[in-house]
Parts: sequence; structure tokens; C-alpha cells
Amino acid sequence: MSDKLIKIVRFIGLGFLEPVIRLSRGEETKKNLTEILKKIVAPLASILLFILLWQGGATALYNTEAEYRIEKAFNEQGQEGADKMAACIASGDVSCQPNTLPSPSQVKASFYSLLEDHKIISADKKAFKEKTATLNKQRKAAGEKPITYTGRPSFVDQIITSIKTVFAGFLLAIFIAVPIGVVIGLSDTLRSSINWLIQIFKPVSPVVWLLLVFMIVKTLTKDSESDTSFIISFISVGLCSMWATLVNTVMGVSTVDKDILNVAKVLKLGPIQKVFKVILPSSLPLIFTGLRITLSVAWMVLIAIELLAQSPGLGSFVWEEFQNGANDSNSKIIVAMFVIGIIGFLLDRIMLTIQKFVSFNKD
Amino acid sequence: MALKTQHKRPDIIIENGIQYTSKVMLDLNDLKKVYPTPNGDYVVLENLNLQIMKEEFVTIIGHSGCGKTTMLSMIAGLNPISGGSISVLSNPIKGPGPDRGVIFQSPSLMPWLTTLENVMLGVRQVFPHAKKKEREDICKYYLSKVGLDGSFHKKASELSQGMQQRVGIARAFAIKPKVLLLDEPFGMLDSLTRGELQDVLIEIWNKEKITAVMITHDVDEAIFLADRVVMMTSGPSAKIGDILDIDFQRPRSRKSIIEHDDYYKYRKHLIDFLEH
Repeated sequence: MSDKLIKIVRFIGLGFLEPVIRLSRGEETKKNLTEILKKIVAPLASILLFILLWQGGATALYNTEAEYRIEKAFNEQGQEGADKMAACIASGDVSCQPNTLPSPSQVKASFYSLLEDHKIISADKKAFKEKTATLNKQRKAAGEKPITYTGRPSFVDQIITSIKTVFAGFLLAIFIAVPIGVVIGLSDTLRSSINWLIQIFKPVSPVVWLLLVFMIVKTLTKDSESDTSFIISFISVGLCSMWATLVNTVMGVSTVDKDILNVAKVLKLGPIQKVFKVILPSSLPLIFTGLRITLSVAWMVLIAIELLAQSPGLGSFVWEEFQNGANDSNSKIIVAMFVIGIIGFLLDRIMLTIQKFVSFNKD
Repeated sequence: MALKTQHKRPDIIIENGIQYTSKVMLDLNDLKKVYPTPNGDYVVLENLNLQIMKEEFVTIIGHSGCGKTTMLSMIAGLNPISGGSISVLSNPIKGPGPDRGVIFQSPSLMPWLTTLENVMLGVRQVFPHAKKKEREDICKYYLSKVGLDGSFHKKASELSQGMQQRVGIARAFAIKPKVLLLDEPFGMLDSLTRGELQDVLIEIWNKEKITAVMITHDVDEAIFLADRVVMMTSGPSAKIGDILDIDFQRPRSRKSIIEHDDYYKYRKHLIDFLEH
């Protein structure tokens, strides 16, 4: 039973839990204890060290900023002003707090306040839905558009929007890059004739892609009233991130083992069978490596694109908080930073697990 | 002298005024292969003539790089012919086809398929109208013939090299080719496994009597398996240097062959040729 558990834990990338499971069964106590020390205690210690450094850095920056403010007040208003400022800062009043890198405890507080905020907003939404339920039914019967909630999205809503956008972009990238990659990979002529296009467009910055997509989508959706910012951002994400998959697919398809291709020739497989039975399965590991890069690139550029395109999501959350300049804005930005990092890491882990699952060389 | 070194000519049958060379399965006629290089053409094979009879097992021996593999891949249709012709039952070949099964030096299985699926891949092509059950039965029959009864649903990547080559043998026989081409199929195996697989191969071959052409570097393997051993001269412009008939009775056992008086004569003949 636990052997199965260990297998599962390893498969989903939580291999560091293995010594704990083994220890709980009383296997090789000494070896497993050192393993735990190596795989669990040491990483935890490094996290602790990181937080301590952060705390120290934040305090130092806070003090510098505070001293600067007091000095400025002294220069402008004399000793009295400086004393007032010092007292104000010490009192923790919002109006005169030094604006700098927030400390870990502030970030933690902001994280809880964001969750609290989410609870309030979702309760509000629910109430709104109940209130408008009957009215919406009537409007639907009359052929009118239902009334929708137009309030401010919560932090969790922003995360969900971002994940949706990145998946839409990722799917777009798959649907463009994999078939084109296969076709290009199969033909030498096509490969050499299209190579320039790939080489030139691959290094183009996400910002430029966004502008290009904006130019095209704006014209195409002139008559539609719907919000185009989602369309623009997911298409831009797809276009920015698809190159890794395209290049890897071409590479995978064009480097299928020659012996295997000879077998396909001798057996006289038709073109469709050849692609689906021989070429695609054998280039799957490389395609998946490309897809993993694509997903992580997609997540990375998404934030920048949302920030520029004013489409809802984590990117615009960060930007709005920065513009907002409220007392806890900085710590909210840091919360968003961690959330972005952790989600990116989880996405990569999910892809890795899927890759292990579909790939033929399982080691 | 038991050694015959002259080329065996096809028996010519005249029937209703039409001339057949009916016993010839595979006919290489003035075969030529040229590779263009920056320093002019490089002639690999030239004036190569060889007739192989129905139900005959021929091994080809020669120095590395003399063009044996080139010749075999030309017969398989994987390598274009520069001059001359290759015909199977008097029909010139056009590209690769399932009438000529190939067992490659490396097993070349699809590692993502099971052993059964690997064999099925070809069988589906050759018997498109058979029911799935029938096709599976064919595959299972050959897989059990090569000693893989319990491994139908194992992934090819989980098998050892020797096991994989067994699947390769089953795959080649299962499409019921007219000619079986073997390109040093046991070259990558250790000598114990090699012996086992020679036995597996010859046992199936005794049943099916498919015309077989096999390249080998191993003199003992060449003698043990073949009706005729074809010796190729060293390149460039390699051709058939000599042909040795092996007159041991089938089925053969390794032990009785080694103890046979003629065995050392054959062996000496081949080694003399190779060291010449």
C-alpha cells in the first residue's frame, strides 16, 4: 500500500515526502533521518533564512526612508516639523508612513486582507445574484440581456481570470504550433522556406505582439460591443509563447530515428498512419518539452500583457495597486508576486506530470 | 572435393514456348550503385549479378564498408538503384514493399507500442480485410514462435535488446514476405543470445521456407544458417567474389555441424577469401 503511495508521491513531484513515509513504517531509521534532513529540513531552513534577510532588508529600507522624511521636514519646517514627523511615523499613522519595501508581516497581513476582501465581494455578488434572479428571468423571457454584476473583481477573481487567459493562450499556441510544426518538420523544402519567418518572429517582444494583435483585433471587432481586451490578451499570449513549441515540434519531427522511418517505409504505412503511429509518438517527448516552455513563457508574458492591455487579471491588479499608492499597496504587490510565482511553478509541475504520463521513456 | 565454387545458374523451364526462370526468387542484374562526392563519383557496387532461388537461405559475407548493407537496402527499396535492376519473381521492384520483409541491425521497434502492437502495425497493412481477431492471432502465433508468449502486452522499451530483436523477427515473418532481408540482425548481441536467436530464426525459417538473404560478419553464423555463402570483394566497385555451397542437411544442429568434416573446409575457404 505505502509502496503505491511512494510511487504516486514521486510521480506528482513530491518525492521529498518519501523518507517521511518510509520512516513512519520504521524502515532504515538512520538513512531516512538523514534524507529528511537533506530534503525537508535544509529547504525549510533556507526559507527561514530568506524571510530573515527580507525582514532585515525591509527594516533597513524603512529606517532610511523614515530618516529621509524627518530630515526633509527639518529642512522645510525646522525642528518642530521634524519632531512632528517623527512622532507621526512612530504612531503608525497612515498619512506619513514611509513608502518602501514591505516587511514579511505586512505582506502576510495584506494577504489575509485580500482574502477577507474576496469573501466580502463574493457575498456581495451572491446577494446581487439572488436579488436579480427573478428580474433576469423576466428579461430573458422578454429577450433582453440579463443584468450582470459590475462591481470590482476580488483578488481571487483576478487570479482566475489570469489563469483562464493563460489557458486560452496556451491552447491557441498548441493549435497553431503543433500542426504547423509537424507539417514543416516533414518537409525539408518547407522548413528552409519558412525558417526565416520563425527566426525573425521568435525574438519579438511581447509588447510588440500585443500592439500587432491590437491593430488587427480592433479592426475586426469594430462592430461588436463585447469586451475585446480578453481576446487581445489571450491571442498575444498565444503568439508570444508558441515559438518554443513550434521549434521543438519541427525538431522532433525532423529527427525521428531513421531506422524507425525505414520500418514505416518497408511496411508501406500511409501518410496519415505514418504521422499518427510513428512520427507524432516518437517526437512527443520533444513536443512536450516545448509545451512546458510555452506554458511558462505564456504565464510570464501574461502579466506584462495584462498590465499593458488593461485587461482584467493579476497584471492589471499589480499595475492598479502601483498606481493606487495606498498604504498597503506595496505589500499587495508582493503578495501578487508570490502568487504569480507559485502558480507558475504549479503549472510547470502539472505539465511535467502529464509529460511523464504520455511519454514512452518513463525514466 | 565437396566444395563447389561456380555460380548456381537458374533452372530454365520452357513451357508453351514461354521461357520462365521460375525458380529464381530474387534476381540482381548488373547492379550498380554510385554516390556522388565532391571529388567525383564513388562507385560502391558495379556489375553485381546474383540469383537467389526460392526457399533458399543465402548469407553474404565481406569486409566492413564493402557495400553489403548498401546492396541489401537497395533490395529493400530503401536506397535508389544507380544502374542495372533488381526483380522479385521477374517483376522489377519499385521502392519498398511488404513483399520484402527486413530485419534491421537494431531492432527498430516503436518503443511506445507493446510487442503485439508492433507486430500488428505491419500485419494491418498486409491483411487489411482480415478481422482484428484474425490479425491478432497471426501476430500472437509468430510472437509465441520467437518465445515471447508472456510478453504480448509489454512495452517494447521494457524489453532487453535480444527480446526486442525477437519481436523484430516476429514482425518480419508475420507480414508473410516473399523475401526476408536480414542486415546483421544479431551483430549487436552477446554470443549466447546470438546463438539462441539463430536457433529461433532457423526454426521459424524451416517452417516457412521464406527466401532469405542475410548479411553477417560471423563466419560460423554464415555457415550454420546458409545454403550458399556469398562472398563480396572489397570496395570500391564491389561485386560477388565467390560463392560457396553449404551441403549440410537440414534441419541442422550446431553440434553435428561442428563435428562434420566439411565444416573446417568451408570455414577455411571463407577465411582464406576474407584474408586474401
